[in-house]
Amino acid sequence: MSIDSYSAANRRRYSLANSLHIDVPLLIGLLLTAALGLVILYSASNQNDDIIIRQLTRLAVAFGVMVMVAQISPQQLRFWTPWLFTIGIVLLIAVLAFGEGKGAQRWLDFGLLRFQPSEIIKITLPMILAWYLADTALPPKPSRVFVCIVLIIIPTLLIAKQPDLGTSLVIASSGIFVLLLSGIRWRYVFSAMLAAIAAAPLLWYFMHDYQRQRVLTFLNPEQDLLGSGWHIVQSKIAIGSGGLYGKGWLNGTQSHLEFLPERSTDFIFAVYGEEFGLMGILLLLILYLFVIARSLYISTQAQNTFGRLVGGSIAITFFFNIFVNIGMVTGLLPVVGLPLPLISYGGTSMVTLMIAFGILMSLHTHRKLLSQ
Amino acid sequence: MLRKLQIKDHGNETRLFKRRAIVAISVVIIMMLGIITRLVYLQIYNHQHFSTLSQKNRLKIVPLPPTRGLIYDRNGLLLAKNIPSFSLELIPEQVKDIDETLTRLGQLIAISDNDRQHFKRLVKQKRRFQSIPLRYRLTEEEVARFSVDRHLYKGVSIQARLIRYYPFSEMGVHTIGYVGRIDTRELQRINSTNYSATTHIGKLGIERSYEKELHGVVGYQQEEVNAQNRTLRIIDSTPPIAGKNLHLNIDIKLQAYASRILEGYRGSIVAIDPRNGELLTLVSNPSYDPNPFVTGIDIKSYNALRNSPDKPLFNRAILGQYPPGSTVKPFIGLAGLDAGLANSNLFCPGWFELEGDERRYRDWKKHGHGDTNLDKAIVQSCDVYFYELAKKLRITQMHKFMSLFGFGKKTGIDITGELPGLFPSREWKRKKRGQAWFPGETVITGIGQGFTLTTPLQLASATATLAMNGLHFRPSIVQSLQGSDDIKPILRQPTRYKSVLLKNPQNWQLVKQSMMRVLHSSRGTARSSGQDASYKIAGKTGTAQVFGIAQDAEYKEEEIDKRLRDHSLFIAFAPFKQPTIAIAVIAENGGSGGHVAAPIARKVLDAYLLGKEL
Repeated sequence: MSIDSYSAANRRRYSLANSLHIDVPLLIGLLLTAALGLVILYSASNQNDDIIIRQLTRLAVAFGVMVMVAQISPQQLRFWTPWLFTIGIVLLIAVLAFGEGKGAQRWLDFGLLRFQPSEIIKITLPMILAWYLADTALPPKPSRVFVCIVLIIIPTLLIAKQPDLGTSLVIASSGIFVLLLSGIRWRYVFSAMLAAIAAAPLLWYFMHDYQRQRVLTFLNPEQDLLGSGWHIVQSKIAIGSGGLYGKGWLNGTQSHLEFLPERSTDFIFAVYGEEFGLMGILLLLILYLFVIARSLYISTQAQNTFGRLVGGSIAITFFFNIFVNIGMVTGLLPVVGLPLPLISYGGTSMVTLMIAFGILMSLHTHRKLLSQ
Repeated sequence: MLRKLQIKDHGNETRLFKRRAIVAISVVIIMMLGIITRLVYLQIYNHQHFSTLSQKNRLKIVPLPPTRGLIYDRNGLLLAKNIPSFSLELIPEQVKDIDETLTRLGQLIAISDNDRQHFKRLVKQKRRFQSIPLRYRLTEEEVARFSVDRHLYKGVSIQARLIRYYPFSEMGVHTIGYVGRIDTRELQRINSTNYSATTHIGKLGIERSYEKELHGVVGYQQEEVNAQNRTLRIIDSTPPIAGKNLHLNIDIKLQAYASRILEGYRGSIVAIDPRNGELLTLVSNPSYDPNPFVTGIDIKSYNALRNSPDKPLFNRAILGQYPPGSTVKPFIGLAGLDAGLANSNLFCPGWFELEGDERRYRDWKKHGHGDTNLDKAIVQSCDVYFYELAKKLRITQMHKFMSLFGFGKKTGIDITGELPGLFPSREWKRKKRGQAWFPGETVITGIGQGFTLTTPLQLASATATLAMNGLHFRPSIVQSLQGSDDIKPILRQPTRYKSVLLKNPQNWQLVKQSMMRVLHSSRGTARSSGQDASYKIAGKTGTAQVFGIAQDAEYKEEEIDKRLRDHSLFIAFAPFKQPTIAIAVIAENGGSGGHVAAPIARKVLDAYLLGKEL
C-alpha cells in the first residue's frame, strides 16, 4: 500500500496527525467509547458530579499518557523491552514481600504513588514474548514455544499468589495470544486446550477458599445471597428487565434503588443494559468492535514481527477483558472482578489500557514516517 | 556446532500473521454474537420474567447481627453482657442537609465533636441507604425529647441496639478487655460478609483473643420494600447464630478483693491454680472503666487516662517487666542443689568479692548473716550465699535451668500482647548488646538483679510449677466454651508444658520447706505474714532495686523520691502440702517485700482458702 494513493487533503490531515503520532480512527473510536462510558457512569453513580469529575480527570491523564507513549518509536520500545519486563518481575516479587492491600497484596507504596506492578506486566509480557520470538523465523520452534510458556507462567503465578485471579488470567491470556498470533500449529493449540481441561481439578486444588466460593456461587448463585450470588441475580434482573430499548437513562430501578451492587465499577454493564436495552448494548459492542478491528488492522500493517505480535496481542486482550466482564455480569462466567474497559469507574487499569493503545499508535505512525 | 542459518521470509511471515489476524477477528465476532445471543435470551426471550421480577423485586437483603457471646467467671457471675440501648441513627439518603440536621439535633440531644467525626467517617464507609448511628446510650429523657419532635427530622430515628456492658467495670478490664467500634485497620482484617451487621469488635483481652468464638455468624433477611425503599414485609430470613459464651477461670470476687487490697499501690497480683494452670486472678492496678470505650470514649477522658503517670491503661500483669529480686532465690537454690553445688555452708560477712576485682557486692544486711547454709539463705534471704552460688553455677547453667520454669519466655496465656521478660545468657548479650558477658553480671543474676526481668504472670506461673514439683501448665483464662445457653459447655483441657525434672526429686521438698520457713519461722523475712495462719504457706520475699546505689552508700528510704523506691515483691503457694493456689504480688515502689507485698498476698490467700471477706 502506498501513501501516494491518498488524496492531497487526506495527506495533509494524516501528516498533521502523523507528526503528533496519533491514529485518528482509533482515537475517535476510543473517545466515543469513553464518552458513552461517562454517560453511563453519571447514571450509575446516582448523578454524582464528584465521581464524573474524577473519572474525567483520569481519562484526561490516560489519554495524555497514550499520546506520550505514541511518541516513542517501536525501535526504542523494543530496545527497552527486556529491562521493563525485568523491572516488572522484580516489583512483583517486592509486592509479595512488602506489598499492602485489602486482603490481597497487590499494591506497592512509594510514598507519593501507589501502584500495582501487575499493571506493568500486563504491557510488558506480550512485549517480551514478541521481542523473543521476533529473533527467528515464524512459526517458532517447539523449544522457543517452551521458553515462552515459562515466561508466561512466572508472572502469572506471582500474581495469582497475591492473590489476584482476574489479573493473572488476563496476563496469561495476553501471553497466549502472542503465541497464537505467532503461528504455532493448531494441532498444538488444541492439544494444549485438552490438557488444560484435564488440569482443571488441579487448579481447584490451588485456589483460595474465597475463589472456590466464587466458582460455587457461579454454579449456584442463590446459595450465597449476601455475597456475590446476590450480584449475579440482581444484575441478571437489571439487564433482563431492560428489554429491547431499556427503561431510559437515569430510570433504571434496579440501579437506583441500590439493588445492584458495584454499579459504578465491575457491574456498570448491568446499569447500561437496564437503561439502554439491547439496542444500547449493540451500539457499545459496535464501538468496541471498531476499536478491535482497527487495532488488528494496525497490527497487520506493522513492519516487523515485534510490532505485529505486540499490536495483535493488545487488540485481542482488549476484547478478552470486555468478554470476561460482560460474561460475568450476564451470568455466563464466574465473578472474577475485572472492570469493563473504558467504561468502569477506576484509575490504574485505565492508564495501562491507554498505554497499550499508545503503543499501537506508535506502531502505525512511525511506520508511515519511515516509508516516506 | 554450526548455527543454523535462518532466513526470515518476510512475505511469508506477514501472510501468516494476516491469516491469524483474520482468525482472531472471526473469533471476536463469533464471541460477540455469543454475548448478543445471551442478551437476546435475557432481554427479549425472558424479558417478561425479569420485568416482573424487577417490578416485584423490591427485595432487599438486610444482614442481621449475631448476639455476642456472654462472658462468665468461674462461679457463673456475668462479666460481659449485652444490654439494650437506644441509639440515634441517620439514613444519609433520606436526610437533605446532614450538617444542618446535626446542628438542629445538637440542640435536643448532646452530640460531641467525637460523635460527629465518627459519624462522618461512617457515612463515607457505608451505603447511603444504611442507617448510621450518631449517638449511643441515649437517656430516657433524650429519647422522650426526640420523640416529641420526631416529625421534624426525616431520616432520623431511634433504634434499640444491644451494646456490650461490663458490670464489674474496672475490676475485670485487664483480663476481659473490651469491645469498641470497628476501625479501618480492622475492617481490612475481618470477613466483611460476616461483619456486615456488626458495629463492634474485641479490642483487648479476652474480647479480642476470642473474637472469633464470641462473634457468631451473621444472619440475613429478605425484605420487600416499596419504591420509596420502605420495608413492607419480611419474605424470608436466616437467623444469625449467636456467639459462644465463655466461662473463665477467673474468680471475679477474688479479683475484685485483690484489687481492693492492692489499692494505693501501682502493681499487680496474679494467682494461678497450680494443679491445672487455671488463672484465678489477674490484677493490674490502677485500672479503668472499659464501658466508655464501648461507645467511644471522648478524647479528653482518653488523654487523661493515657497521660496519667500511674498508667492505668498499662496491663502490668502481662506487660510489666520487673526485676524479680530475691524471689528467684528458691529457683536458683534448686538449680544449685540439683547441680550438687549447694550442700556446703558459707560465711557471710555482709559482702562478696570476685577474685581480682575490687568491687564489693553488698548484702542487704550490713553486718552479714554469718555462717549460712541454703536453708538459712532462703529463709533470711542472704544475698552473699547466692552471689557465691551463682558464681559456681555460671550463667549458662542458670539460664538453662530457669528457662525450664518459663523465665524469659512467654507463658502462652490466652490473651494477646504478653511480653516474654528476660533471663540473660551469653548468647543474648552478644546478640542484643554486642558485648561479652562479665563475671560480675553472673553474680547479680543470682539475686534477680541485673538484666533479669519477669512479668507478674511469669512469676506466678513459675511458683505454680515449683509448687507442683515441676509439673508445668500453661496459664489459661478461658475454662470452657458454650455453644448456647442450654448446651453444656465444652471444657478446655489444660495444656501441659515439659515438666522440670530434677536429678534428685527430694530437692523439691528441701527448697519448699525453706520457703515455708520464710513465713513460719522466727527469722523468716515474711514471718509476720505467716503468723496465726490456719494453714501453711510457702513463699519468698523480694525487694527489687529500681535505683542504683553507690558503693558503700546506705539505702535510706525516706531520702529517695517515691518513684525510685524499691519494688516490693512476694511469691507464695498454699496450702503447703496440697497447693491449690500460687500467687505473685508486685507493689511498685512499695519498698521491702516482707512488709508490703507479703501481707497483701496473705490476705488474698485467706480470702481464697478460707472464703473470708468475699
